[in-house]
Amino acid sequence: MKLGYYPGCSLKGGSREYKESVVAMAGAFDIELEEIPDWNCCGATAAHNLNKELSLSLPTRILAIAEKEGMQDIIVPCAACYSRLTVTQHELNQDSQLKDKILSVIGMDYKGTTNVLNIIQFIQKYIADRIEEKTIKPFRYKVACYYGCLLVRPHNILKFDRVEDPQSMDELIRAAGGDPIDWAFKTECCGAGLSVSRTDIVAHLSGGIVEDAFDRGAEALVVACPMCHSNLDMRRKEINKFLGKKIQIPVLYLSQVIGLAAGLSYKDLGLQRHMVAVQLPDKSEPAEKPSEVLTTQEEK
Amino acid sequence: MSSEIKSHLSDSFGSEILIHTGILANKCYQCGKCSAGCPVSTEMDYPPSMVLRMIQTEDPEEKEKLLRSMSIWLCVSCEMCLQRCPMEIDIPTLMDYLRQRSIASKKQHPKASKIIAFHKAFLDSINVTGRLYEIGLVANYKLRSGSFMQDVGVAPEMFMKGKLSLTPEMIRNRKKISEIFRNTIKK
Repeated sequence: MKLGYYPGCSLKGGSREYKESVVAMAGAFDIELEEIPDWNCCGATAAHNLNKELSLSLPTRILAIAEKEGMQDIIVPCAACYSRLTVTQHELNQDSQLKDKILSVIGMDYKGTTNVLNIIQFIQKYIADRIEEKTIKPFRYKVACYYGCLLVRPHNILKFDRVEDPQSMDELIRAAGGDPIDWAFKTECCGAGLSVSRTDIVAHLSGGIVEDAFDRGAEALVVACPMCHSNLDMRRKEINKFLGKKIQIPVLYLSQVIGLAAGLSYKDLGLQRHMVAVQLPDKSEPAEKPSEVLTTQEEK
Repeated sequence: MSSEIKSHLSDSFGSEILIHTGILANKCYQCGKCSAGCPVSTEMDYPPSMVLRMIQTEDPEEKEKLLRSMSIWLCVSCEMCLQRCPMEIDIPTLMDYLRQRSIASKKQHPKASKIIAFHKAFLDSINVTGRLYEIGLVANYKLRSGSFMQDVGVAPEMFMKGKLSLTPEMIRNRKKISEIFRNTIKK
């Protein structure tokens, strides 16, 4: 099966392991992802902070190309791009005058037949019912599922999952053999686009997330957004300095967890690219008696 | 425009906001849930609920303070305020409007310069290549903000992990992208 997809800039650059793992995971479930041809950047935070029309025009061009190519479902793994594309679609549908204006800016036609899916919706629709049968190496770890802001908010536009205590990622992790914990920072903000310009704020906000996950016994954080990942992973030095601690729990993408469970290798999934090393104790063959686990456990 | 909206129109800041964003600031009854949930309110000069109150006063001095505030630049658009607002006031969109208004009237808070430099460097990259070119973005940001030594440690590590592309990805129809920029932000 072939599906349209929008990688976005992060997945082509600093978060390329997200792209590698999404493509590898899809492949393991016999799905081929086809990039929207000649796609452009969605404009991200910068565009909507500085100019409304620009922030709507850039995503509309992407949607219009996808529609022209006959792509119905568009998979958008980056939560920020997903938010921009979905919000744009919503705004154009709400206001026909605005839509005409934006279409004249991009000089293209767009009816609005495309269906934008985030990574969790993609997995739910095309993969979820096969996760259990495909899982050969269950991900037997305590996991803190971190959703962040843009997968769930604003609910009246996205209409996805529960806003304050979402469960969709937790369910997928459970299907892959994982043990999602109950914790308080599922949808708190990581500091997002201030990563470079106000790293101090990011250390403070992401610090709260990492600390709560760790205090409640999580062995890994799982995310579905490259911004969240880079703040929780690449900014760990600043986070630990802020916390005055040395918390080394790794941050994995949801696609990496499902990929690992399906038997893909660290390299297939780009796990070697993370700044916080992904070194999880081997729990691939748990013994019947707990005492044996200790003697056969191997460090990776 | 609905009759409810029309009945609120006058020559005021509140009306201006209403016309451009559809947001009726007067709906706010100061419960403070937005400020309680806002991840950056402790860093702000005016937390979100106070921003709304300042608009409601229609005092020109308050408007001036808002356009010159740090709050509008610190807002990370996490959407928590909107999600929890009992009156469903779209504060993130309001913040977008105030930022654009602040820049248009050249009233940006001096300490916001780094944040604005980052946004501008980001858009420059898209205007030129159609996509974000991270090395170009960082170089441009450093030039714009003067923060030359920032993050020099993390770049080599990113490079070693294969996370940095030395050359930008160029889309084919770059003409179209610069046309979009010309017809919007550069108009």
